[in-house]
Amino acid sequence: MLYREAGQFKSTYAEDQQIFPIRQDRVAVFLLLAVAFLVVPYVANQYWLSAILIPFLIFSLAALGLNILTGYAGQLSLGTAAFMAVGGFMTYNFVLRMAWLGIIPSFILAGICAAAVGIVFGLPSLRIKGFYLAVATLACQFFVLWAIQRIGWFMNYSPSGVITAQTIEILGYAFDTPATKYLLTLAIVALLALLAKNLMRSETGRAFMAVRDMDVAASVIGIPMMKTKLLAFAISSFYCGIAGALYVFCYLGTVEPEAFTLDLSFRILFMIIIGGVGSILGSFLGAAFIILLPIFLSVLTGAFTQATGIEPSHAVLSNLEVIIFGGLIIFFLIVEPHGLARLWQIAKEKLRLWPFPH
Amino acid sequence: MYSLVALGFVLIYKASGVFNFAQGAMVFFAALTFVSLVERGVNFWLALVITVAVMVVLGISIEKVVLRPLVNQPPITLFMATIGLTFVLEGLSQLIWGSQPHLLELGIQDVPMEWLVQSTGIVISQTDVFAAGIAGILVAALALFFQYTRIGRALRAVADDHQAALAVGIPLKHIWAIVWAVAGIVALVAGLMWGARNGVQYALTFIALKALPVLILGGFESIPGAIVGGLIIGASEKLAEVYIGPMVGGGIESWFAYVIALLFLLVRPQGLFGEKIIDRV
Amino acid sequence: MSREQRIGETVLSVEGVSLAFGGVKALQEVSFDVREHEVRAIIGPNGAGKSSMLNVINGVYHPQQGTIRLRANGAWKEFHDMDPHEAASMGIARTFQNIALFKGMTVLDNVMTGRNLKMRASFVEQAIWIGRARREEMAHRRAVEEIIDFMEIQHIRKTPVGKLPYGLQKRVELARALAAEPTLLLLDEPMSGMNLEEKQDMCRFVLDINDDYGTTVVLIEHDMGVVMDISDRVVVLDYGRKIADGTPDEVRANQDVIDAYLGVAH
Repeated sequence: MLYREAGQFKSTYAEDQQIFPIRQDRVAVFLLLAVAFLVVPYVANQYWLSAILIPFLIFSLAALGLNILTGYAGQLSLGTAAFMAVGGFMTYNFVLRMAWLGIIPSFILAGICAAAVGIVFGLPSLRIKGFYLAVATLACQFFVLWAIQRIGWFMNYSPSGVITAQTIEILGYAFDTPATKYLLTLAIVALLALLAKNLMRSETGRAFMAVRDMDVAASVIGIPMMKTKLLAFAISSFYCGIAGALYVFCYLGTVEPEAFTLDLSFRILFMIIIGGVGSILGSFLGAAFIILLPIFLSVLTGAFTQATGIEPSHAVLSNLEVIIFGGLIIFFLIVEPHGLARLWQIAKEKLRLWPFPH
Repeated sequence: MYSLVALGFVLIYKASGVFNFAQGAMVFFAALTFVSLVERGVNFWLALVITVAVMVVLGISIEKVVLRPLVNQPPITLFMATIGLTFVLEGLSQLIWGSQPHLLELGIQDVPMEWLVQSTGIVISQTDVFAAGIAGILVAALALFFQYTRIGRALRAVADDHQAALAVGIPLKHIWAIVWAVAGIVALVAGLMWGARNGVQYALTFIALKALPVLILGGFESIPGAIVGGLIIGASEKLAEVYIGPMVGGGIESWFAYVIALLFLLVRPQGLFGEKIIDRV
Repeated sequence: MSREQRIGETVLSVEGVSLAFGGVKALQEVSFDVREHEVRAIIGPNGAGKSSMLNVINGVYHPQQGTIRLRANGAWKEFHDMDPHEAASMGIARTFQNIALFKGMTVLDNVMTGRNLKMRASFVEQAIWIGRARREEMAHRRAVEEIIDFMEIQHIRKTPVGKLPYGLQKRVELARALAAEPTLLLLDEPMSGMNLEEKQDMCRFVLDINDDYGTTVVLIEHDMGVVMDISDRVVVLDYGRKIADGTPDEVRANQDVIDAYLGVAH
């Protein structure tokens, strides 16, 4: 009942097109953002910030990128980690060699580089679809990683293979505490999410979805195939590139190819499957789920240990985690293929009537 | 050798239209099970039989638990389900049997065949030849099976259109169970061969990924294609490493196969032996 | 204004078009013309090549022989291998026999995609949602809502298309074609699978479109009643050849046509 829409009339199309047409939604989101920006940095401890919130934001951004490509435009991609790697490595190189650029322009340029790589490896999508395309993106994944490892320029010819990322400095202010890194990441992710939502609501988003649903028909009504598909790859890779840059600078602290393996690509794919393909909210929900799962598991095993006195080994735990991941994917695909986002929508529908029974 | 793994993929795809990403994990699981049994002192042939039984059971349960509920979903959903399955199998294998690499003795040594080297200078290991032989036998058996038996026909019908097959009265569930069981056995064979050559370890699951280019070259639906594709990819990978490798710093093996597949996709998407995909509006 | 008075000059001319798929000859030297503002029906027994003909006009199939000439923006353009995207930009819109809607989107979004050729804002502008992108979206939304009103599908505008019954889906497809403000509308069996009431509604829509918007309509249809009622002129195809061309009455009396439908060998 709290969630009633009654009394909220839209009198212009503009109002109908809003991202959050229902007033309760607007209030809720506003509160959430306020808490995220103003309260959390002071209240949360180091562990929560560095190990949970920051990676959550970063992975949400990457998941968002993949969702744009796979969820909205229907082009299956297994090369997400490669695009992130391009973003991370190029940012490092820009800061190293062109420090006068400043970090934010470096991020943006690196994102554009990732977009360029995305366009190149997106070219096959003009001819092939489905899992054939997935294989092409696998080629991208392996090739990019190989190139980064072999071509010394990327890692500044470092002998040890592990480089430390530089500290972020904007206008002379250093962002080196978890709290400041968190705020920076939050700001960037929130902004990019807003841009993505706007984009998916407008003609570009519709063109993407048209290509996903029936590309021959889309072409017949005038949607340009090549431009649309390549744009999807470009935008998606841009987002993944920025996520990669944030991954390196605000989370890992080091710049290494091993951080961007195929395994990461799969993890992000799982995030959008569980969270909901074709949904901006879903990217966030999926990322949260996958980040929180290991923690949840360790809490469970802690309780288990306390109750029974048996302490499972680390190997057992990590294997268990993998099994549960896989099992959950299958479970979600069977039960709710549209993921957590759809479950959320259903919950909202129920909320409209709550607390009345029906 | 790649062909063996590719065979498993083709089988399942042919019969159910599902691309089973978990084939690699099945290979791993099979090999690991077998090796662990042997190491615990179980007789070679007995272990083989047990493992076959295990794979059959596994195949059937996969079909029951994963595929049945997802019967009419678009192929992409099924594909992603098999990705989930991969993870489950990988985790399960290591949970049950531990994660150290194991050596696998098959009685065939991984040494070059002497007379071949002496007569033509080509170095091919005994293991490879044996694998090729096994693959040949398997292929012949499977080809006969598909073409001439009633079950084979039913399998092909199911691959084309699940609902139509149901309408005609083909017992889908049995068919699928058979298919997955057979794929499990093929996975075992592949696992044994690869295990003998490289030792049974986690990296075995990545073979599945390598099999993808094989499938693209050969066409997803074609058994001869899997064989030919496997040979081409295996050979060209090694050749590329030897000839082009030194020029660009080595390590090409990881992506060369994919690039070939990519080029193939652009030129001839259905592979050498596959059927052309026609989009009807 | 009566319809006969309104029909203008030739706006589409199909000349000697032949189309074959491998060994199968779908069309053999078919020629006919379509005049502005008229309703032209293409009929014939199953497999006569009617859909293929529409596909050729639309650029989905490329004929081995023959040309299509289209008068667009006052000038004649001649082509034999246009692609569908070009056709759309020249003002040709169509619907499909098996419904080619985007099942994952709502009705409103589907119809909005029909406006894509008129949208000019770049993706950056759309992302930031200012100025031109915003105004454009609102203006097009207004136009689309009018079409939705016209096709009487307001009540389902936010429903995902995949959930609608067949008859309504056909209406949505027609709305999407209309959204492009086409000069030439190609309809592939718009009434198939409908009951009597739905057919009457559809007829009304087609006639209204022809009257209110002046759109030239070429339609494929099996229901003879519909064809006789709403078309101005009819082309009859059989086994890929044209066997009659004229007003509904002329065609109905034509012996070849009767033979073709009754299956008399010739």
